[in-house]
Amino acid sequence: MNLHEYQAKEILRRHGVPIPDGDIATTPDAAEALAVKYGVPVMVKAQVHVGGRGKAGGVKYCATPAAAKEKATAILGMDIKGLTVLKVLVTVAEDIGSEAYVGIIVDRATKKPVFMVSAAGGIDIEEVAATTPEKIKYHPVDPRYGLRTFEAMEMGFFLYEDVKQARAAAKIMQQLYSAFIESGCSLAEINPLVVTPTGTVVAVDGKMVIDDNELDRLPAIEALRDESSEEASEVEARKANLTFIKLDGNVGCVVNGAGLAMATMDLVKYYGGDPANFLDIGGSSNPEKVVNALRIITADKNVKAILFNIFGGITRTDDVANGIVTATKANPLTVPIVIRLTGTNEEVAMKILTENGFSASSDMDEAVQKAVALATGAAA
Amino acid sequence: MSIFIDNTTTLLVQGITGRDGSFHAKQMMEYGTTVVGGVTPGKGGQKFEETVPIFNTVAQAVAATGANTSVIYVPPPFAADAMMEAAAAGIKLIVCITEGVPVLDMTKVYPYVKEMGARLLGPNCPGLITPGQSKVGIIPGRICAPGPVGVVSRSGTLTYEIVNLLTKAGIGQSTCVGIGGDPINGTNFIDALAAFEADPQTTVVAMMGEIGGTDEQEAAEFVRTKMSKPVVGFIAGQTAPPGRRMGHAGAIISGSAGTAAEKIEAFEKAGMGIAKRPMDFVELVKARL
Repeated sequence: MNLHEYQAKEILRRHGVPIPDGDIATTPDAAEALAVKYGVPVMVKAQVHVGGRGKAGGVKYCATPAAAKEKATAILGMDIKGLTVLKVLVTVAEDIGSEAYVGIIVDRATKKPVFMVSAAGGIDIEEVAATTPEKIKYHPVDPRYGLRTFEAMEMGFFLYEDVKQARAAAKIMQQLYSAFIESGCSLAEINPLVVTPTGTVVAVDGKMVIDDNELDRLPAIEALRDESSEEASEVEARKANLTFIKLDGNVGCVVNGAGLAMATMDLVKYYGGDPANFLDIGGSSNPEKVVNALRIITADKNVKAILFNIFGGITRTDDVANGIVTATKANPLTVPIVIRLTGTNEEVAMKILTENGFSASSDMDEAVQKAVALATGAAA
Repeated sequence: MSIFIDNTTTLLVQGITGRDGSFHAKQMMEYGTTVVGGVTPGKGGQKFEETVPIFNTVAQAVAATGANTSVIYVPPPFAADAMMEAAAAGIKLIVCITEGVPVLDMTKVYPYVKEMGARLLGPNCPGLITPGQSKVGIIPGRICAPGPVGVVSRSGTLTYEIVNLLTKAGIGQSTCVGIGGDPINGTNFIDALAAFEADPQTTVVAMMGEIGGTDEQEAAEFVRTKMSKPVVGFIAGQTAPPGRRMGHAGAIISGSAGTAAEKIEAFEKAGMGIAKRPMDFVELVKARL
């Protein structure tokens, strides 16, 4: 789960990271009032879960409260990569002497939290890694000790020659690390970490990505979820305990298991079709999951054919068959459906489907080809 | 022969009285796995299915039964502790089925298990099966048959799909290993490939990877430089959009890294057989037997 900049900054502030004053506004008048409260100049920054806000015109410098109101008017309601801006952060604009990058990720290779720091901040770290990798220092942390002061100081001196600045940066890194651990992050970054012309080190932008597996035990973090910034169908799917990702194609896919779901999408593509979604109904199936899955998929008007691909291990294929029958009785389908089932209780499932006027096969390849042909025929 | 488990495997089930644990304990016993005990705190002294003794702790269970392997079906908040408890008790193979273990927990579990000299498989994995001998986890036994193909995969049902195709084509398996879909797991592709290379029963390896991380790329380099046995590979997620977690916590393209294309390219460079579709495994494996 992604946090907004203002949410990440709030967490970092609680951990002691120096961050310019700021608050969230949902109207131009509120933005103007915040500019008066904190004193100009301010930055007005769109709060949406996409990169490249600045380039899209979603981040503006404002020298007066009136300018803050004017820029907030322009930014609120703006569309950035398909997401509507509903909130702006109004924050004191710092004078910038230099910009550095400080981030932590959980690294798959070392299996540890790894710091990445670079004096070349303010731009995308991936770009720095691609063009000037020597400008990045990596430092794995042993989670049993945390980030020790001498380690933080090594990174501080990598960024700054001045000992005061190195110390300030080291302290911020330790604070960032504790925020990273306590909030269950898979990524936390400060970009840029700024040194002002007077030598103060401050965090001007913050980003946090939370490991979804942490959310059950961190209700305060889960409460930060902003459903208005997510695809409505994905919100609905999550509430129904389905893993669903909307795509642009026209073959709706219902599969059990993430690997098989990906392989099914790939096979749809292989045969010249386009998947409309990724959907994993999970292991312990019950008919209700299938009902919810069908409701979400049929709500997508692009879908021209529905493909079920179920390999019953833990999942009982008769549960899936019952779900299909229940769902289609309540809401008759307007697009063709192709069903592939094999595995646990396959005979029972086939009988249920046949008795209710469905046909099903046990061959994945054949079912995918058929679904693609139906979707393509309907689209043509 | 086989890898990791065989008919000398003596198994504990951590979480044996839970919904998933009890169901799969029965399935494993029916398959012929030697289940010597279960662990559920507070239920020590009771019996599972009137035959299998239940213990309060893994240490007690190991002391009483001499178990060498443990399988974990406890809920995610307790899984990290369960893995470390098994390692502390001297279990040598720990298989964690639980899905949803926070990755920061794994940054602590992984080094601990290693220091204790144990092998961890998973978490978020279907376990493993040596057809005809032993099954630890949830892979359906009836789709497998004994034979010469080593199978290793990051996925569950996709593995079943391919194993089923192989078995139907008369091609059996030495051991099928699901390493799991999480970003930090105990056993990676290279660990399994090295074990298959050393296993006399295995003559061909079938490997199913997916988007995210670099485990497949490193495995391909291992195949190229260290393996004499042929390997056939498949990558799921060629149509996955970047930046989205495709069900498995580890199946995510970060920025431009971890794509299916770069993994397939690594397979090609290693001279591996490349299955474009799941069904392609049958012919590609057959040609290498």
